[in-house]
Amino acid sequence: MLRKTFETEIKQVKDEVLVLGSMVEQAILDSVEALKKRDMKASEKILQADRDINKKRFGIENQLMILIATQQPMAHDLRLLASIMEIISELERMGDYAKGIANINIRMGDAPLLKPLIDVPRMAQKGADMLHRSLTAFVNEDIETARKIPMEDDEVDALYNQVYRELMTFIIQDPTTIERANWLLWVAHNLERFADRVTNICERTVFIVTGELTEISDTSSEFWKQQKS
Amino acid sequence: MQTPVQVKTVVNENAVKARQSAPKMEMRNLSVYYGKFRALAEINLTVQANKITAIIGPSGCGKSTLLRSFNRMNDLTPSARVDGEIFLDGENINSNSADIVDVRRRVGMVFQRPNPFPKSIYDNVAYGPRLYGVKRKSDLDGIVEKSLRQAALWDEVKDKLHQSGLSISGGQQQRLCIARALAVEPEVILMDEPASALDPISTLRIEELMHDIVSDYTIIIVTHNMQQAARVSDYTAMMMIDENRSGRMIEFDQTQRIFTNPKDKRTEDYVTGRFG
Amino acid sequence: MRNFSAYSARRKSWRKFVNICMLTFSGIATGIVVAPLLWILGYVFSQGWPAINLQFFTELPTPVGVPGGGIANALVGSLMTVGLGLLIAAPIGILAGLYAAAHPESILGLIVRFGTDVISGVPSIVMGIFAYTIIVLPQKHFSAFSGGVVLAFIMLPIIVRTTEEMLKLVPATLREASVALGAAEWKTAFSVILPTAFNGVLTGLMLAIARAAGEAAPMLFTAFGNPFMNMDFNQPAATLPHMIFVYAISPYDDWHAKAWATALVLIVLVLVLNILARLFTWWRARNLGNVS
Repeated sequence: MLRKTFETEIKQVKDEVLVLGSMVEQAILDSVEALKKRDMKASEKILQADRDINKKRFGIENQLMILIATQQPMAHDLRLLASIMEIISELERMGDYAKGIANINIRMGDAPLLKPLIDVPRMAQKGADMLHRSLTAFVNEDIETARKIPMEDDEVDALYNQVYRELMTFIIQDPTTIERANWLLWVAHNLERFADRVTNICERTVFIVTGELTEISDTSSEFWKQQKS
Repeated sequence: MQTPVQVKTVVNENAVKARQSAPKMEMRNLSVYYGKFRALAEINLTVQANKITAIIGPSGCGKSTLLRSFNRMNDLTPSARVDGEIFLDGENINSNSADIVDVRRRVGMVFQRPNPFPKSIYDNVAYGPRLYGVKRKSDLDGIVEKSLRQAALWDEVKDKLHQSGLSISGGQQQRLCIARALAVEPEVILMDEPASALDPISTLRIEELMHDIVSDYTIIIVTHNMQQAARVSDYTAMMMIDENRSGRMIEFDQTQRIFTNPKDKRTEDYVTGRFG
Repeated sequence: MRNFSAYSARRKSWRKFVNICMLTFSGIATGIVVAPLLWILGYVFSQGWPAINLQFFTELPTPVGVPGGGIANALVGSLMTVGLGLLIAAPIGILAGLYAAAHPESILGLIVRFGTDVISGVPSIVMGIFAYTIIVLPQKHFSAFSGGVVLAFIMLPIIVRTTEEMLKLVPATLREASVALGAAEWKTAFSVILPTAFNGVLTGLMLAIARAAGEAAPMLFTAFGNPFMNMDFNQPAATLPHMIFVYAISPYDDWHAKAWATALVLIVLVLVLNILARLFTWWRARNLGNVS
């Protein structure tokens, strides 16, 4: 085959993206786990993992720059490399959400959790699962799956609404819980944003295959619609 | 759930690998004169073994002259004089004591236009080995097949080895010329714009071929096609003429650096197409 | 703004007219060149053909009045002199041409080129006198050998110049490719450059043969002519052009007819030789490819 070298290099970059993806996935799960157990040490590790994620992202970006500069990708190759550039920046931000959750855990200090975490770990689990499958779809260029995954975001949004209402109830009953409730609300918000960003990855996958850059669905607005009603 | 993968830094793994390879050829303070005109001035260049080194630069900057110094082809030009040292595995080949035939066997060359001899495909490849005294037909057969296989041409010509070397397509002819150069088991292969006369597909074939064989050889390629230099090479030497119209090397670095972050403004202008 | 399309429409008929005129002129010029050639060939053929039969090729000339007789001695003599000339001139000429082509700027190269130009400008009869002085006089007899030598001198410049020109057509990169493989200069010349220019060199040899085979003047001083069959290089020999000369200046109609017939044989021989050479080079080019 012509351009074997280029093909191999593209495959390498894709593998790196998967590695980065699994690092982010692990970070988000671990951050919630640490919060649940109020394990500050584990959260410190998340902060370190986030630095590794950032480093990895720059590494891939560098690789992409070199590939674009030296291999002059065209058509599908060009869309792929440009999309990877976008995807790794999404992944890095998603890693930042994990870091945010870890920071909340650290800042909470000795204060106990306002309530046992039930829906929040489910949100994390769901988000991580969506991320995992979206990256599989990306690697396999499976647009059917890529188009379906964003629909599952509603599930995360629903969980978020649930958490939101619950925490509001706490605050209304006892205003002294505002700060602790607010912490958890931020955790939930981070997880909600995390899942939203999976949508962007899926959009890129569709773009790579079809060359069409379209928003699959604007799920983040769902939440605000429901809040208004 | 996917198992977490060990994090490792891969930022410049290729660069690290490149730094570990050994120098194969080296030019020290090389100047080439045509009569009184100094065509090349003070070139210092180290070529790494088993790597592809590209020489780029605008027309007339002495790229080909530099390339032809590596196997002393400038000797063919009566008015040319080559000053300085050229090392091949640490031995200065730009001296009277150097065995020029041996130098040319060890440093092969592929030219701009495919130039097979008007002989059969077989005889083209066997030409070099015969020069060095290989006579047994079975030996020659082996060399011809091996060389043609290395040049990724065997499958296309194995049934017509005794047809003229000129009867095949331009791209095939150039691969035949590469096979002819490989047949004498050189250590270094010089390529003077090897794809400039070929169509894009044949060009990619030649480039892929270079990647395939570079683990056994050291390749130096002159090209005015920057994209080609970017695609194929590990190192790039950028040349330009100075105010005396002498060719000078203005930058030498890993190819990825030259094309993503060159240090010299002139290199930047050239690779971005803003030269002039 | 100019209206170029209107302009060109107006000129269209004029352009066509000029085109037709030029074509006509070229056609007439071609005719003027070709007509004499055909005329000569036709005339020689019509005059010579009646005298040609098998005996004409196998018998010796007969005295005036005796019927029959042929040019067997002249055929053999021409073969001997031209053959010997070629044998001498071809290797020397090709080597000199090779040198001149490889080193066009060198002193020796310039001498070769200048020398061949001078020799080719010397009238053939002067060559004949020269050979007469250096070979025939010391030996005190005419000979086929001296004829061969003088023909060699006539062929030499043609062979040198055509060889040189043909070798110059060989792309320099072929030479470089061979040298880059470590081949020595002479090896490159003999195994790459000469074979590549083979067709051109052969054409040069053919030209030289055609020229030499038709030379009558120098033969008067060297091979001299011989009414008998001779295969000894030390003896005088008859040659075709000399035979034509002898027959043609005689006052006998019978001999005039034989002069035409001999001329026809000479022309056809050269023609056949050329056709054979062309066929050979065509066959060779088809098998190996060639530059010229």
